[in-house]
Amino acid sequence: MTSTTPRTTRTSSNPAAELGYDQPPPRKGFFTDTSICIGCKACEVACKEWNMVPEDGLELSGMSYDNTQGLGASTWRHVAFIEQPKTLAGQDTNLQHEGVDVLALAGGQATSPAPSTREQVDLGMPGTVLPGTEAGAGSATPFRWLMESDVCKHCTHAACLDVCPTGALFRTEFGTVVVQDDVCNGCGYCVPACPYGVIEKREGPSGNDAVGLAQKCTLCYDRLKGDLEPACAKACPTKSIQFGDLDELRDRAQVRVDQLVAAGETSARLYGHDPDDGVGGTGAMFLLLDEPEVYGLPPDPVVTTRDLPEMWRRAALAAATMLAAGIAVFAGRGDR
Amino acid sequence: MVPDATFTSYYGRPIVKPSPWTGDIPAYLFLGGLAGGSSLLGAGADLTGRPVLRRSARLTALGAISGSFYALVHDLGRPARFHHMLRVAKASSPMSVGTWILTAYGPMAGLAAVSEVSAHLPRRVRNSTLGRRLPLAGRSAGLVAAALGPAVASYTAVLIGDTATPTWHAARRDLPFLFVASAAAAAGGAGLILSPTEQSAPARRMAIAGAAADLVASHTMESDMGVTAEPLHLGRPGALLKAAKALNGAGALLAALGGVRGIGRRRAVSAAGGACLVAGSVCTRFGIFSAGQHSARDPRYTVVPQRERVERERRAVPAG
Repeated sequence: MTSTTPRTTRTSSNPAAELGYDQPPPRKGFFTDTSICIGCKACEVACKEWNMVPEDGLELSGMSYDNTQGLGASTWRHVAFIEQPKTLAGQDTNLQHEGVDVLALAGGQATSPAPSTREQVDLGMPGTVLPGTEAGAGSATPFRWLMESDVCKHCTHAACLDVCPTGALFRTEFGTVVVQDDVCNGCGYCVPACPYGVIEKREGPSGNDAVGLAQKCTLCYDRLKGDLEPACAKACPTKSIQFGDLDELRDRAQVRVDQLVAAGETSARLYGHDPDDGVGGTGAMFLLLDEPEVYGLPPDPVVTTRDLPEMWRRAALAAATMLAAGIAVFAGRGDR
Repeated sequence: MVPDATFTSYYGRPIVKPSPWTGDIPAYLFLGGLAGGSSLLGAGADLTGRPVLRRSARLTALGAISGSFYALVHDLGRPARFHHMLRVAKASSPMSVGTWILTAYGPMAGLAAVSEVSAHLPRRVRNSTLGRRLPLAGRSAGLVAAALGPAVASYTAVLIGDTATPTWHAARRDLPFLFVASAAAAAGGAGLILSPTEQSAPARRMAIAGAAADLVASHTMESDMGVTAEPLHLGRPGALLKAAKALNGAGALLAALGGVRGIGRRRAVSAAGGACLVAGSVCTRFGIFSAGQHSARDPRYTVVPQRERVERERRAVPAG
């Protein structure tokens, strides 16, 4: 779950080591700091180019600037845009200029904002009064944009990997979760299993690349193998997307969220950083400025296989009941 | 608890993805149940000397499991790679477990059905070493199939319950009971259609018990699902499940009526009841399937229960 509270710098479990990799590298992951995302979508483009992910529909969604709409088989990074009637906490736009002589400032006659003694001059622009001071003007409207680059979470307890019946999904030595295209038979079970709605079966004309197979972010497994950072992180111009060793990223994320909260942005919280959450913590964590569901993320995701032992017990009980009933219907002689 | 009427989402877009499965999968759920239940009936009929019921149940089981196997392969993105399922056995994957259950069950149901031809074989073949062993092989295979049948019928509930699809996952506790009940109703119904009145009493009992258990199990299931029970009553899934209840009720009544001595046209009445129950089982499976798909497409069913869980846990552990 999300929280802004106590600092819990923990060492994450390393799923690769638990699976028997011999001395695996430290677990790799992403920290996506949405507070500095500018919505440029360079991550979406870089991901598509590097991974040769095909075009997946050129349509206008009619919702904000987001025409990509969500993660899917052919969208492995997705930038969400949220337009909100809220102000960024602690932010002062410094737009109250009544006392500032901008002309003097421009002419170098004043070094700092000083109360003006001059009359206001009509510059021949439409309107002769300062914006917001004309008769009938409303008060300032609270407004902010939230932007978030979403990606596969590379869960510690990954439902897609658990339910895959072919072993096509596997845990890499970096602790990430990757589909092997040559093994997947397109059963589609991973799709409803993912609590984040990330993985999807690629549609399209059969014969095209990976059509009919489950597809998602690989955390650029090929680049990692070559000691390169994933394409999206490489392309991100603001370092909103940070790549690195998960333990270090977790510390960095905590420092950043503390900094924002101290600066007055009390809505800042981390998502996916807690090893005790329903998926055992994620390999891709986020700093959010609102509730997860605002960004299209589940507020309290749980790996479905956590309940699997109970489900098998109930199914065994049901099967035993059916077997007993099957015997019982033959027990009475009845009318044969 | 009254579910929270308001919730936030990202432009109303779904959070989890609905399964990419088409009609093949609910058909597979139905056929697997029909096969499993029929194997039970077939083995019982074999042991208690009801040859027509035995033959019809064994053939129904083989036909249904073949159909379900076809549906399972047809639904794959790459059907030619079906055998990749057989490269691993994973307890954490109900589809893997199910594949292995089917791999064990299918040939047994097949052998039991094939043994039915022995009576029609030319005398020379029938009296050959292999021919003489066929009926016993059929009986043994039929018994193994009967032991595995309930697993074939119930594991599919785990298959769909083990997902993040809100309605399926919330139904997980009672879904196996609903599925075996529906399987029993369908298999009993098929037995009533295909066998004469003097041999069909066990099928009749299985059909009526299955229909009754289906009604009870679906009621119990819905009562603790909270907001995720809604899709079971809305739109297409709502109509299908309503039809399932009506067909089960009518089918059970007709099946019972067909068992009353002294009334006319008992076989026809029983068969009509059986047909209702088979159709009811189809509606149950398609209804449950469709309700799950619906619940995945609406973020409400993902967000509201998770928010409720967070609230419950927050209240259970007071801050500080």
